[in-house]
Amino acid sequence: MGKRSNWALPYLIFLILFVALPLILIALYAFRDGNGSFTLSNITKFFTDGDALSTFAVSIEVAVENTLICLLLGYPAAWILANRDLNKSAVTAILFILPMWVNALMRTLATAELFNSLGFTLGKGTLIFGMVYDYLPFMIYPIYNVLQKMDKSYGEAAADLGATPAEVFMKVTLPLSKPGIFSGILMVFMPTVSTFAISEFLTNNKIKLFGTIIQENINSSMWNYGAALSLFMLVIIGLTTILLGGEDREIEGGTL
Amino acid sequence: MSGHQNIIIDIEHVSKSFGDNQVLKDISLYIREGEFVTLLGPSGCGKTTLLRMIAGFLEPDEGTISMKWDGKAGNPDFKDVAGIPPHQRPLNTVFQRYALFPHLDVYDNIAFGLKLKKVPKDEIDARVRKVLKLVSMSDYEDRDVESLSGGQQQRVAIARAIVNQPKVLLLDEPLAALDLKMRQDMQIELKEMHQKLGITFIYVTHDQGEALTLSDTIVVMNEGRIQQIGTPTDIYNEPVNSFVADFIGESNILNGTMVRDRRVSFIGHEFDCVDEGFGENSPVDVVIRPEDVIISDKTEGAQFTGRVKSCAFKGVHYEMYVDTDSGNELQIQDYDAFEPGTEVGMSINPDDIQVMRKERTENVVDCEIIDSTHIELFGETFECAPFTPGPDGHYRARFPFSKVELWDHEDEGVTTGEVWFILYKGDHYHLTVRTDSGEYVYVDTDDIWDKGDLVGISIQPGDIIVESQDGQEK
Repeated sequence: MGKRSNWALPYLIFLILFVALPLILIALYAFRDGNGSFTLSNITKFFTDGDALSTFAVSIEVAVENTLICLLLGYPAAWILANRDLNKSAVTAILFILPMWVNALMRTLATAELFNSLGFTLGKGTLIFGMVYDYLPFMIYPIYNVLQKMDKSYGEAAADLGATPAEVFMKVTLPLSKPGIFSGILMVFMPTVSTFAISEFLTNNKIKLFGTIIQENINSSMWNYGAALSLFMLVIIGLTTILLGGEDREIEGGTL
Repeated sequence: MSGHQNIIIDIEHVSKSFGDNQVLKDISLYIREGEFVTLLGPSGCGKTTLLRMIAGFLEPDEGTISMKWDGKAGNPDFKDVAGIPPHQRPLNTVFQRYALFPHLDVYDNIAFGLKLKKVPKDEIDARVRKVLKLVSMSDYEDRDVESLSGGQQQRVAIARAIVNQPKVLLLDEPLAALDLKMRQDMQIELKEMHQKLGITFIYVTHDQGEALTLSDTIVVMNEGRIQQIGTPTDIYNEPVNSFVADFIGESNILNGTMVRDRRVSFIGHEFDCVDEGFGENSPVDVVIRPEDVIISDKTEGAQFTGRVKSCAFKGVHYEMYVDTDSGNELQIQDYDAFEPGTEVGMSINPDDIQVMRKERTENVVDCEIIDSTHIELFGETFECAPFTPGPDGHYRARFPFSKVELWDHEDEGVTTGEVWFILYKGDHYHLTVRTDSGEYVYVDTDDIWDKGDLVGISIQPGDIIVESQDGQEK
């Protein structure tokens, strides 16, 4: 027993160094001032900082919009990909995932260039477009995974009991694909709250997101306030996860 | 068909292929109201495909399926169901792996169909409770279906189907996933349920014991064709061919010759029998059930003699293998044990001898001519005895069962195949081998092969006779 548990040691060290320690440091910095003494001022500063609060609201709004659009576009796509009558080859599914093989930053830069050369004004529209483009595969994949593994006989049983194709979808397919939908939402919503590169490139920093102000504070050496903002974001993401039941739910959609 | 009373489903000349693989070949069958019909056959015989067509999940390529359809004011009518989707058909299915909805509890699973039909809530309540009682699952309403045992899930699946009061209940190997004891209990319950409900059951299984126990009518299927339709007793006592005889119950299947009417010769002896009309000296298959051989330690007065090779106790009877004086092996069941090595005398009553016309006496396969010494058979080039091709383009090759050579290593043969079906004929094996081209070769051999073995197949050139399709030898 004792020997076997030693095998976990390298992972434990890794977790301490790269997960636990940074989190502790964030918390420590968030509750200290520049001189290293304990303070709550970083937290209160955020709640009185109108700029930060409105940026935060915009971030949540953009993240919600992005997640909804991804879900509306991604679910039908995943359904078609998983339907063997409509899609006979696994290659099509890979094609949908393929953009993820290219670095997101490069794709965003290329998208910005494309908009510039086509003469579009960069703004909220292009921001949402860029986000949907970047995060859509993260919505499609977990839903596709669940739908594809779903036993076809559930649908047949429903049809046998008198359900029309629409009723089969609403009463069986959709409820059974919930785990995929939840992981899709988590995988899209969480990173969009904290992103800053996409808004930087696709709006020329006209629209600031929460990630942007964290980055600005850290860049200008305001470590303590930056850490407080990061902590706040972590709490928000944690709450979303719990709300979606992501903690005790077996995330069947899996990650990539 | 139309002359029969009470027909509820009529299947006429139905065929179905998946790609190149023809799974159903010209199936015709009718099912009466209230009947317990079993579609019985080995895996791949097409029984599940046929059931799925009746349910509406598949459409036949050819032929029609008609069902009695309740017209208005109790005026039932027959209706071709082609193109009618499953949700509109007046029948319900119990699926092989139950397919209970994992996101719903037992109550909601059973109420699923009724809710779709907008049945009033209190009626749903009453009907769900009634079927739960019928399947002995009262008090399980609120249970999560995934927390139930296999047998309980099975009951819920049956309840979910019958609560809709279908005219016909389709059951796709419903007991296959249960253990033996549970299966036997459920068989009795299914039979009782069938009597109580009075509706038609169409039951698919590969288990012959289950079919014999449950059915009013058994439809034996093999290789996409119906082999025999009859009551369990008919099928057991009078199998029409060696496949049915072998598949249903234990049997000795032997090569024989009909000497004349009511006189048949096999295992080197002549016996009186009750069959006639086969023609003199025609080759036949003879089926002897193991319990029908009368065995005693007196060799005098017996029809033939032999020496006991092995003897095993089977609970009620002893099962013995006896080498006969003519070198055949017979399986015999008797309440008395005869020790191995004992000389025994045996007799068979005339009406216990089941004589069947041979389905075929040699292989006859369509072929293409390549040149005067080569033909294309099973998609490969075979050398054959020289012949002169005529102008007619259609040829067939004939070769005896015993002249087909099978090889362990697939590349030793001209083509390859899989051992599909094995019949022990007392002194040799009769194999059905499915070639890679999807055709069947029949082989007589003394060697032991296993079902599923991949084999190389070859035939000596001198053993192949090529002839024009009109039967004239070239």
